[in-house]
Amino acid sequence: MGFYFAQLLTGLANASSLFLIASGLSIIFGVTRIVNFAHGSFYMVGAYLTYTLVTMWSGSVLGFWGGVILAAAAVGLLGLVIELTILRRIYKAPELFQLVATFGVVLIVQDVTLAIWGAEDLLGPRAPGLDRAVRIMGEPIPEYDLALIAIGPAVLLAIWLLFHRTRWGVLVRAATQDREMVGALGVNQAWLFSAAFVLGAFLAGLGGALQIPREAVSLQMDLSIIGEAFVVVVIGGMGSVSGAFVAAVLISVLNAFAILVFPQISIVLPFVVMAVVLIVRPYGLFGKPGSEHGAPEEPDQPLTLMSQRSAMVLATAVALLALSPAVAADFTMILLVDVMVATLFAVSLHFMMGIGGMVSFGHAAYFGVGAYGAAMAVKFFDFGMLPAMVFGPVCAATAAIFFGWFCVRLSGVYLAMLTLAAAQILWGVTFQWQDFTGGDDGILGVWPAKWASSDQVYFYVAFVLCIGGIWFLRRAAHSPFGYTLRGIRDSQTRAEAIGINTNLHQWMGFALAGGFAGLAGVVFAFSKGSVFPDSLGIAQSIDGLIMVLLGGIHALAGPIFGAVAFVMIEDWVTRLDYWRFIFGAIILIVVLLAPDGIAGGVRRLLRAVKGGAA
Amino acid sequence: MTHVLEVRGLSKSFDGVHAVRGVDFDLTEGEFLALIGPNGAGKTTCFNMLNGYLRPDAGSVRLRGAELIGRPPRKIWRMGVGRTFQITATFLSMTVLENVQMALISHHHRVFDLFSRATRLYVEQAMALLELVSMQDQARRACSELAYGDLKRLELAIALAHEPALLLMDEPTAGMAPSERIALMALTAEIVAKGGVSVVFTEHDMDVVFAHAHRILVLNRGELIAEGSGAEIRANPLVQEVYLGGGTSFVQEGAHA
Ligand SMILES: Nc1ncnc2c1ncn2[C@@H]1O[C@H](COP(=O)(O)OP(=O)(O)O)[C@@H](O)[C@H]1O
Ligand SMILES: [Mg+2]
Repeated sequence: MGFYFAQLLTGLANASSLFLIASGLSIIFGVTRIVNFAHGSFYMVGAYLTYTLVTMWSGSVLGFWGGVILAAAAVGLLGLVIELTILRRIYKAPELFQLVATFGVVLIVQDVTLAIWGAEDLLGPRAPGLDRAVRIMGEPIPEYDLALIAIGPAVLLAIWLLFHRTRWGVLVRAATQDREMVGALGVNQAWLFSAAFVLGAFLAGLGGALQIPREAVSLQMDLSIIGEAFVVVVIGGMGSVSGAFVAAVLISVLNAFAILVFPQISIVLPFVVMAVVLIVRPYGLFGKPGSEHGAPEEPDQPLTLMSQRSAMVLATAVALLALSPAVAADFTMILLVDVMVATLFAVSLHFMMGIGGMVSFGHAAYFGVGAYGAAMAVKFFDFGMLPAMVFGPVCAATAAIFFGWFCVRLSGVYLAMLTLAAAQILWGVTFQWQDFTGGDDGILGVWPAKWASSDQVYFYVAFVLCIGGIWFLRRAAHSPFGYTLRGIRDSQTRAEAIGINTNLHQWMGFALAGGFAGLAGVVFAFSKGSVFPDSLGIAQSIDGLIMVLLGGIHALAGPIFGAVAFVMIEDWVTRLDYWRFIFGAIILIVVLLAPDGIAGGVRRLLRAVKGGAA
Repeated sequence: MTHVLEVRGLSKSFDGVHAVRGVDFDLTEGEFLALIGPNGAGKTTCFNMLNGYLRPDAGSVRLRGAELIGRPPRKIWRMGVGRTFQITATFLSMTVLENVQMALISHHHRVFDLFSRATRLYVEQAMALLELVSMQDQARRACSELAYGDLKRLELAIALAHEPALLLMDEPTAGMAPSERIALMALTAEIVAKGGVSVVFTEHDMDVVFAHAHRILVLNRGELIAEGSGAEIRANPLVQEVYLGGGTSFVQEGAHA
């Protein structure tokens, strides 16, 4: 009995930590509608700053708590700087831009942190006066855990008072419910948004600061917490602080007991809970409909078929690509295969996102399932290369059919979050299911058939599959199927009113995009000879989003430009020190200065040239 | 005379408040029927039950004998009921022509076709529909560039694409300039006169109603209180009371549509 009670207390202490970071994320989303990926960075910086301050003032109670508060305040300030310089410019941009921009911040903060504090994990001191354990029902409970259990509800109460007893708080709540109304009241929105962002950053910093006595400070803290924090916000209902509290308790306590039965469950449990909650309550426990979208997008221009000249240029490019093995070196072949794989992946993501309007934060799931499907077929069923190349995409499409059924019932950020959950669940499974997937060690020895084993021949295999896939998806974009998807994106009401089964159609679009992502994954697996859980990870999903964005989401050619540019830049930049910083800066420059991406830039350039000639 | 539509005992309440109560009416082949009533009378609620967006608490709606209640909107559309929206809903990232083509593509069950070029399908039929509403000159324009009145006409073309037996128009002229209203309803009346389609519409502007409707139904607090021609309705004391007694006149009603 005592043991279970101790387990419950551990769960509640974890819940407090999780609540602190999630509450800030939820407030920021509620007011600004920004899905802030950099929230994990705030948490991490809070922890590092506290480490420095607390070791400097070591030993005294005042030094510890003073350090915690000071660090959190500094993070609040950092939040203000980021809000003023970056986010303020993209409040009116679609959610995808915001997500990618905040991911750029994540990369930059990672390298700055690395430069200041170094790569080694740092172990902070315990909290003075709270560094022992007390016995409760015979079990030892850390005093610090008890303090955390008190701090969570205390912060909830403080936020509640702030929101209900101050004019500012009332405005924040009004903005969360109805942004237009606040604008109409003549409130200074810019100020309101900054203040909400600072509060959110402060809370994240506080969450990180309070972790010092519990875990080592490391450079992985940011991305390891962000997934769970998103889940808590989504389960609670975006913008709802009390929802975040309930969700944090729900997940942490469930987890504390579930690991007793199923030690490996921690990684997937939050995402499973989120999936279940979203299916039953599409807006989360305390969320309300209408809060799911960022700013509305400008309508796309109608699609046009390629002009004869563009078609010529494209045909020339493809022909050159096809002839490249005759002249290029082997390492260029490998790079070109990477480019083709990335392009097919980006085009498949663009198909569901740009054309179908379903933003996916977890498209890597289907890329990875395709890769693993093929690898496992080779390893366990002795499939040859070609049958495995069929089997992989079929697995990916099947997974997309399964998860897509749930996802297409939602829209906007909630859909994006559910795709993320699906990807994290699959990632967790590949990571944990050692016997089949090799876990962290991946699956090795996935080599092409003998006849295709030279770099040149494999290049042509990849060429046929990837260029074929890209051609097919382009064709599909111009087909009635693709037009219908775009129609549903434009107006679900209108689509239903002309007899279209919108859920079914989006579901099929999701499955098709997943299947082609799987094809990219298969080509990838055989070119590397191995697969690892990374191929389903958040980073891979975000790479896809960056490619689509870099190229320009509004043009069919966008993902092609974007993927080519992305792989080239990555190939060059990752050889440098602090490449994350450079990459993050490039992302921010694109988002802030060229939001229509390369395709948009090219289009504007052509128009200018034509205008100049005329 | 055959009835296109037979509505019996249609009722719906929200949180115990009757929005629509025991509405009965028939629609004759080729009829142009107006459903009027003050704001909140239950007109939109009625429409939403006819086209499947709302499930009534009780009642039946038969289209040429086939029950519509319980079917989703897209099935009702397939059975030959077209509709326009009070607030226009179109595919803004497509051209005017493509919007009409989409309705035709769906009507011909080709939305899952992955290989044809959508823009090459049903061009002639779509152009013919646009001509019907005098939009052929704007066929290649992006829908997002259209004036509001043109969007309404486009919606009418879309609604006619599958040759519906019945067309439901909820406040078709809301948000339009007075001259545009008359023009749109005159156009609709013409289309009805050509035969093949019957129309039920709701409207605030009494000039429009009296000018074109063959017959008028008056709804108040969810119940039908009068029915007849324009002259009969104008002379009906009950109707006058509803409009005048409520502090609004026929003329003012139109103003705050
Ligand atoms: N979804 C709803 N929930 C609650 N009440 C509603 C809903 N829709 C309509 N009502 C109520 O039903 C009544 C009829 O509304 P409506 O059909 O929109 O009237 P009209 O279109 O004639 O102006 C009104 O009192 C309205 O407030
Ligand atoms: Mg109405």
